[in-house]
Amino acid sequence: MTELDELDRKILHALAQDASQSAGALGRKLGLSQPATWRRIRRLETAGVIKGRRLRLNAEALGFGVTVFLGVKLARKGQVSLEDFERAVSAIPEVQTVEHVLGLYDYRLRVVARDLSDFERVLRRRIMTLPGAGDVEANVLLSEERLPGPIG
Amino acid sequence: MLDDIDRRILRHFQADPSLSTAELAELCRISASVCWRRVEKMQEASIIQGQEAVIDWAALGYAVEVSLRVTLDKTQPRAFDEFTAAARQVPEVIELQTFLGRVDVRLSILAKDMSHYQQLYRDRILTLPHIADIEALMHIARVKSDEMLPV
Repeated sequence: MTELDELDRKILHALAQDASQSAGALGRKLGLSQPATWRRIRRLETAGVIKGRRLRLNAEALGFGVTVFLGVKLARKGQVSLEDFERAVSAIPEVQTVEHVLGLYDYRLRVVARDLSDFERVLRRRIMTLPGAGDVEANVLLSEERLPGPIG
Repeated sequence: MLDDIDRRILRHFQADPSLSTAELAELCRISASVCWRRVEKMQEASIIQGQEAVIDWAALGYAVEVSLRVTLDKTQPRAFDEFTAAARQVPEVIELQTFLGRVDVRLSILAKDMSHYQQLYRDRILTLPHIADIEALMHIARVKSDEMLPV
């Protein structure tokens, strides 16, 4: 486990908001030299604290008007292979995230679609036909906030 | 409107946002200057809104992630606003989503271990205002997490 000091936390917080800023620009905000900032970012990357970057796209401007979260229960547990289900569901382009969970559902999926009728098509043709898919619960996303988490 | 070249750029760029313009251009089989102009244009149009670092919370000692699905007491007119404002004050909450459906609000909450989670749940979550019902889903694994848009 990686221990962070105050500066690491500030760097992480800043990069989670905007990862395109240079080490020099970020360092200036924090009163740190460019090489010192760069070394700290590098350390966070090699320690796996920063596991990658994500491009933030405007889904609506790209024509994706709805995001739906699906809770999926597997039917006939024990007879379906989790690997088969996971491989098939991950291959659906509209499915953005797949989480294996414990509780009321077995999997939680984030699905994007152009509109509700497009979503219905994805649900009927792609999700309901997955090997082992049982009960499905859908919740349409209205708003979403990502918070800094326990580094802020 | 976007054309095929824009879409090609977005596909490759989403898959690896750390690519330089030259690398991105090569993958898209276009010149670097065309690529740069296209990216610039999509940034100006707010189609590309930026880049964010993805934090691996497990590497920071947060081994437990729980998805809390909350139903609110809708007889209270300000239930949504008061609940979300209070939830934002809990540092371990990393995501806050509102829904149309059976679930009203979903929180993603981090904890170091199960006893830490139990303590957070009792002291910080159950004390949030206007909760009618709450359900927990414990994360076991992230099978897919790239959040790519199928452009």
